Amino acid sequence: MADYDIPELNGAGYIKVPALERDTMKGKGPFMAKPEFQEALHFPDDFEPVEGGGYTLVPDWKEKALAKLDDLRHRYRSLQLYLDICVKCGACTDKCHYFIGTRDAKNMPVARQDLLRKVYRRYFTFAGKHFPRLVGAVDLTEEVVNDWYNYYHQCSQCRRCSVYCPYGIDTAEISMAAREILDTIGRGTKYNNEIIGKVFKIGNNLGLPAMALADTLEGLEEDVEDDTGIKVRFPLDEEGAEVLLITPSADFFAEPHVDGLIGYAKVFHEAGISWTLSSHASEAANFGMFIGSYENMRRIALRIREAAIRLKVRRIVFGECGHAWRVAYSFLNTLAGPFDFLDPKYPVPQHILEITWGLIQEGRLVLDKSQNDDKVLTFHDSCNVARATRMGDRPGGQFEIPRQVIRAVCNHFVDMPADTIHDATYCCGGGGGLLTDDLMELRVKGAQPRMEALKYVTEQQGVTHMAAICAICKSQFTKVIPYYGFTMDQIVSVHQLVSNAIVLKREVSVQARPDADDADDDSDDA
Amino acid sequence: MALEIDGKNIATDEEGYLENLNDWSKEVAEAMAISEDVNLTDEHWEIINFLREYYEEYQIAPAVRVLTKAVGKRLGADKGNSKYLYSLFPYGPGKQACKYAGLPKPTGCV
Repeated sequence: MADYDIPELNGAGYIKVPALERDTMKGKGPFMAKPEFQEALHFPDDFEPVEGGGYTLVPDWKEKALAKLDDLRHRYRSLQLYLDICVKCGACTDKCHYFIGTRDAKNMPVARQDLLRKVYRRYFTFAGKHFPRLVGAVDLTEEVVNDWYNYYHQCSQCRRCSVYCPYGIDTAEISMAAREILDTIGRGTKYNNEIIGKVFKIGNNLGLPAMALADTLEGLEEDVEDDTGIKVRFPLDEEGAEVLLITPSADFFAEPHVDGLIGYAKVFHEAGISWTLSSHASEAANFGMFIGSYENMRRIALRIREAAIRLKVRRIVFGECGHAWRVAYSFLNTLAGPFDFLDPKYPVPQHILEITWGLIQEGRLVLDKSQNDDKVLTFHDSCNVARATRMGDRPGGQFEIPRQVIRAVCNHFVDMPADTIHDATYCCGGGGGLLTDDLMELRVKGAQPRMEALKYVTEQQGVTHMAAICAICKSQFTKVIPYYGFTMDQIVSVHQLVSNAIVLKREVSVQARPDADDADDDSDDA
Repeated sequence: MALEIDGKNIATDEEGYLENLNDWSKEVAEAMAISEDVNLTDEHWEIINFLREYYEEYQIAPAVRVLTKAVGKRLGADKGNSKYLYSLFPYGPGKQACKYAGLPKPTGCV
């Protein structure tokens, strides 16, 4: 199945910390972005392909890299602080899923951060300028740049290590800064930067044009009607709807994501809330965050504002997407606000789980839990939701609300071991802009800690399915769990479970098309 | 990277997808499949042809559900599921079948 060793699971429900090894993951890193991808993101594109693959760096790359580092440490005081205050206590060393899965010493969070820190020290601190060898400061060379590119793309910015750091150093900010520096010297990743370009050009990561989106949604309306006999709408670009739903484009395209989208539609239908998707902002994901680029993060976020204004909606709701919820919950108002044109009765934005949980509490959804009786569920907390956001109005709502919704629609739910859930959750192994086939070895190995926990509850408590609320988690798991002896259909969307259980009582959608009845008679073969 | 078909070099990207979609021909699909030890049968061609038709109309590969539904309608309900498609294209119908059909690789969180 693979030309590398798949980590073995011990089934005991805990992680054995591996002994350090050198350079097990040394390599060239993910595929590099072509100049045209860089140009679309307003990064320098004056670099050339080299024989045998890869690209040169831009002219004067060293000065440009150091200037960017200087710019970033002044722009973000947090970065300066994180570069200065690490005391090498070692609390983070064994907390990273990529370190555990790969054993590579440079994947200890402290060591990975030090790849940037040692250059910072050399050029920006007194001791490093005058006594570099005493303080572990090194010159910026092409070899260092190659290490940055390789190892800063072995961090999914999940921030688990930060939870255990006594100083609260946010490792993800170091990775983001490193990637921003790399982008300014001609070292972007093909995966992230091609995708961001597609958002600017077409509106979503997939490159799904409006016509294809409309066709896909129409197909879903037919499917749900075939299943339930009820015309549940999947509206696109409907002006005047109450809610604008922003969801990852994977929800239109992949499985089990699409089953979650069907769940959102049924919830809106049943609650009588009019809603719409937008072809202009047909993407919740914001890869601008992964590459640490404020400008690109803002350009992507502004599309949501534009769509909300154009469609005259009163609320913005986000679907199941982990880092999108971080950008939405923590940054949206700064990036694309103020949202004073929305209905002030509701928080901006809201998460679909907040909507569903609210409706369940008000008794507005009829649920038949037995529809999920063929499953014993567990829940994977997505890193960005768990450690960077909240849901509802109480601390810990981001842990409780998804579980409360699952319990409301399923009879059988158990949690994985306590050191692998809530804010101690392990990354799926594919987050932070690493969900690409050229990083498959890293993704498989990085999934080890989560797989260990899943195996434990599978064997001890009969768990059959793991629910997730992030498009990346869902895609990553369906791809890598077969390497660990599970099957891809064991991964489900939380709103897929809602979709299974919800009993549709409302016969006519509040957004029923005026001609719906006329079309009914002759539409079968259309 | 490049494929050689009848003495002509056809450019592909790092993952073997066509750089220029107009370079596609049946021989290109055959050559790609051979390099991945896949023997293209009539069943494979049904899928490849559908992907090309859909792309022609919508400029994107069909969603998994759209594909399974179309396959179910054309080839029988027992084949309208991911399992059948994975049996033909073990690296995933979305990616492997798109490659043979000369389509760009689906990108994003998929």
